[in-house]
Amino acid sequence: MTFEFWTRLIDGQPALSLLVWVCGLIVVMYVARQPVHQIVLSLVRSVRNALRLMAQSVMLAEKQLRNRNREVLLAQGQEHAERSIEREFQRVEAQVNRDLSGYPSLQRDLKEQITRIDEDYTQSGEVPPKPPEWLKAIEAVAEIPDNGSSVVGKILSDIHNTLKKSLQKSIQEYRRANRDRHVLLKKMMPYWRSLTNSLNTVEKKITGLEQRAAVIDSQMQSYDDIRQQTDFSERLLSSSSMTQFFISGLALCLALVGMYVNFQLVALPMGEMVGASSYLGSSSIRASDVAALFIISVEVILGLFLMESVGITRLFPIINLLDDHKRKAIFWIMLAFLFVFAGIEASLAYMRDMLAADSKALSQVLSGAEVVEPALSWIPSVAQMAMGFTLPFVLAFVAIPLEAFIYSFRTVSGLLGVWLLHIIAVLIRFLGNVIYGAGRIIINAYDLVIFIPLRFENSFKARAEIAKKIVEEPVKLNDEIQSSNDITSDIDDLKEK
Amino acid sequence: MKRILLSLGFSLAIFFTLLVGCSEPRTTRAVYVLVDTSGTYSQQFEKVQAVMRYMLGTLLPGESLALARIDSESFSEKDIVARMNFDLRPSMANAQKRAFLESVDKFGSNITPSKYTDITGGILQAIEYLNETKATERYILIFSDLKEEIKQGQVRDFPINFNGTHAVAINVTKLQSDNVDPREYQQRVNDWAERVEEGNGYWKLINDLDRLEAIWD
Repeated sequence: MTFEFWTRLIDGQPALSLLVWVCGLIVVMYVARQPVHQIVLSLVRSVRNALRLMAQSVMLAEKQLRNRNREVLLAQGQEHAERSIEREFQRVEAQVNRDLSGYPSLQRDLKEQITRIDEDYTQSGEVPPKPPEWLKAIEAVAEIPDNGSSVVGKILSDIHNTLKKSLQKSIQEYRRANRDRHVLLKKMMPYWRSLTNSLNTVEKKITGLEQRAAVIDSQMQSYDDIRQQTDFSERLLSSSSMTQFFISGLALCLALVGMYVNFQLVALPMGEMVGASSYLGSSSIRASDVAALFIISVEVILGLFLMESVGITRLFPIINLLDDHKRKAIFWIMLAFLFVFAGIEASLAYMRDMLAADSKALSQVLSGAEVVEPALSWIPSVAQMAMGFTLPFVLAFVAIPLEAFIYSFRTVSGLLGVWLLHIIAVLIRFLGNVIYGAGRIIINAYDLVIFIPLRFENSFKARAEIAKKIVEEPVKLNDEIQSSNDITSDIDDLKEK
Repeated sequence: MKRILLSLGFSLAIFFTLLVGCSEPRTTRAVYVLVDTSGTYSQQFEKVQAVMRYMLGTLLPGESLALARIDSESFSEKDIVARMNFDLRPSMANAQKRAFLESVDKFGSNITPSKYTDITGGILQAIEYLNETKATERYILIFSDLKEEIKQGQVRDFPINFNGTHAVAINVTKLQSDNVDPREYQQRVNDWAERVEEGNGYWKLINDLDRLEAIWD
């Protein structure tokens, strides 16, 4: 139907034809107004309701995911806290075994030292010198009256001399005893020092244990919070998980760089084993590259088992459940394998250097240049061999960031999932409202097209309303008069009564 | 424990076996170099040596290279000077390349000019060799002035099935007669190009030895 079709209704009058069509359309639209309104409204309402239901489902899924994340986070946190506490207790046990196992001998030493000090102290006690027993006899003799006898005077003089000698002897004895006491006290000094040192050692050990106990208290508090599933602990764990995610991600990136270096060391000489120009099927993947990657992957796996066997990581519960003897055996076997692979890599790295030198020499021959042996060519060879030997051991430690990354990735991906579901729910609700609003706009636009007949309809309705009111007003007045008359008669009856 | 070790060793063995068994060369090239030893062209061998050195430096382990002369009766195994399928191991391939280079140099010092120039016979021999290599890309490098001179009684005027082989004419020298009438040179080149393309081959002419990488385009 071209434009001309609409303008041919009346020959030679295209504008009039169009006007007729428009009028006809307006009439049809006016007649169909109510059903069209109902269809549009019901359509947009049903769409909005469906979208609301969808949004509710998404929000429900978001809620479930949030709860699941919380459970996982708390479970991981609980396990981590348990491991930390277990480790602290192991340290305390080690400290007790190391420091306090010698406590009985220490106690014995202390007792011995105290006993010696006590004995020395007792011996060094000052005993006042007793007066000689014969002093009373001398007093009695000294009180004998001399009566002018020279014999008595001589006797007294002898007694005096004897007394003086005895006194001097006592003083000398006293001084000697004092000197001995000082010697004993001097001998006590090292015991005191030793005792002080022993007590200081005990104090340090006890302080170390106290600090460990404080750490355990703090961890027990965290553990308790996690067990009670508090919001604080959840926020703490979530933040910790995000930090772990980024740190372990960074460490893994560095490990990937290390793996790339390792790959470069191994890939070229691998061509000697599986063919340098062989590819996997019809793909463009070199067989030697795949072999090199496999070697590196095996080293990483060996590292995983190694870390698992010593209990640093816990990625494989079955290894953790093994008894210590078996785990120790796994550790030694994995270490031996790692040594073997390190040796293989070192030799491959050396071979790589040889191949590179050979290719370079061939290029020189083909270009007609004189083949020259570069100076100090052994340095890169040794460096490559050393790298080839050490890198497998370095890669073994990838297990630690890998474990942290896996556990934190679960939490971070859960958080991202929640965030994504929330965004989807909001978008769905927004879309529902937009569709409903669009429906209202369509209805208003529809009414705008047929505003002329609507205007007429409104004016007709208004007139009909007025006419109806005019008819109904007298009837209402009569009813009111009648009711007032009834009330008056009732009042009169009451008055009479 | 034994089970872990066994499974680790077993998986390693399986992996390497599968890798060696399933791996195959993706695109392999085989190059057959035909050198005209007729009187007019035998002085150009230095250029052949330069191209041979380029080939030895470019070809990878697993690929093939052969050098043959064009003489009076070129459709013959005895005209192949040296041929080599390079080993998949780079070290062995390098050793083979050195040996090949020695063969080329030895051949260069003992060239005896031939009376006739049987280019068609050499190309037929080249196609036969290249088909046997099973290479995915096959090249015949022709060092010649492209003027065929055959013995009386030899039949060479028939279509050749190149089977997707690239025929690359390198250093096509101009003859004395070409200076008299340059159209002769053009006519020779066009005739060979037409013959190669009609035989389901690809023709290329490279006279500038500084752009040898155009061989692989």
